[in-house]
Amino acid sequence: MNWLLDKVEELSGENLYACYQCGKCSAGCPMVEQMDLLPNQVILHVIRGNEEVVDAKTPWVCAQCYQCGVRCPKEVDITKIMEALRLIKLRKNVNHIKLEKVRKNLPQIAVVSATRKYTG
Amino acid sequence: MEMAYYPGCTLKTNAKSFEDSAIKAFRHIGIELKELEKWYCCGTVYSIAQDNLMYRLASIRNLIRAKEEGFDKLVTLCSICYNTLKQANLMARNDAESMSKINAFMDEEPDYGGEVEVIHPLQILKERMWEIRSMVKKPLNKKYAAYYGCLLLRPAEVSIDEHENPRIMEELIEALGGEAVNFPLKNECCGSYNVVANREAVIEANYRIITNARKNGADVIVTSCPLCYFNLKDMQRVVKKFYPDFVELPVQYFTELMVEAFEVKQ
Repeated sequence: MNWLLDKVEELSGENLYACYQCGKCSAGCPMVEQMDLLPNQVILHVIRGNEEVVDAKTPWVCAQCYQCGVRCPKEVDITKIMEALRLIKLRKNVNHIKLEKVRKNLPQIAVVSATRKYTG
Repeated sequence: MEMAYYPGCTLKTNAKSFEDSAIKAFRHIGIELKELEKWYCCGTVYSIAQDNLMYRLASIRNLIRAKEEGFDKLVTLCSICYNTLKQANLMARNDAESMSKINAFMDEEPDYGGEVEVIHPLQILKERMWEIRSMVKKPLNKKYAAYYGCLLLRPAEVSIDEHENPRIMEELIEALGGEAVNFPLKNECCGSYNVVANREAVIEANYRIITNARKNGADVIVTSCPLCYFNLKDMQRVVKKFYPDFVELPVQYFTELMVEAFEVKQ
């Protein structure tokens, strides 16, 4: 049993086994320089049930720009897989940011988005 | 002609210049952007988890407000609002199961089934390029890099143009007399809400995008998103601290170019 894969598939609605590790998602990702795991490696870790992937930096750097998903030759929407990994943590009431530490003078659009993405 | 207009949060604060210039520019071409009498935050980022319908309610409520006021089209300037409302509306049209839950949950609201069309002003302008060309009084005389970012173009089903190589903004720049430069990073993400928790990502993206525009000869970067505007413009002074070789570049909303070229009076 691989609870991680089951959960990611349930939350994302994506078939991770469709991925054949071509790396096109990672090649086009504008945030990849900030990541500790490439997006295609994240998929591999989930398939193998490596639970440490939940603590990786990658899902939190993903800005939901959908570049990976629109370019994937197998139509795997990696954006949704990243969301699933974020939610696995957030739904345990573990916030990724401390709202009281958020800088002042940011536009609302940034703060509301970050609240949605980084807090449960 | 009157069209329903949904501002969204940031158009009333940081991006006030975007709203003001858009209202003036569209009035000039005969379209009155009529702000919805009642509106709420769209939720900013569309919820993509399969089981999270709650985060989509705000968008649906806004669409219901537009329908109630008798409009069949809803215009929104901000790229993020556009994306969120458009994706929610597609769900309303195509996902009957989710919509039946949402409609049942919001029993104080009339049922909604995607009757309103969400449009971005650039899509309206695309149909009127000849008219825009004829209205130019003071042709733009700079070189512009059209920056689309992510949410006007992706996911593909909500794209305002061909998502890998959009042309709408370039067509507008040229119709206004300006020169649109080749800009390979036009559909790259600016780092978005990373500016809140991981500024380094935005600093890197800003440096890469602005430098690329400059190398391609641009004098100005043109955008349609208040968050791109903040990340590309306001963050430049931070980028300068990290990269001494960085040369700043002005950023403008596409509607500001229209106001300039039409010489719209106050």
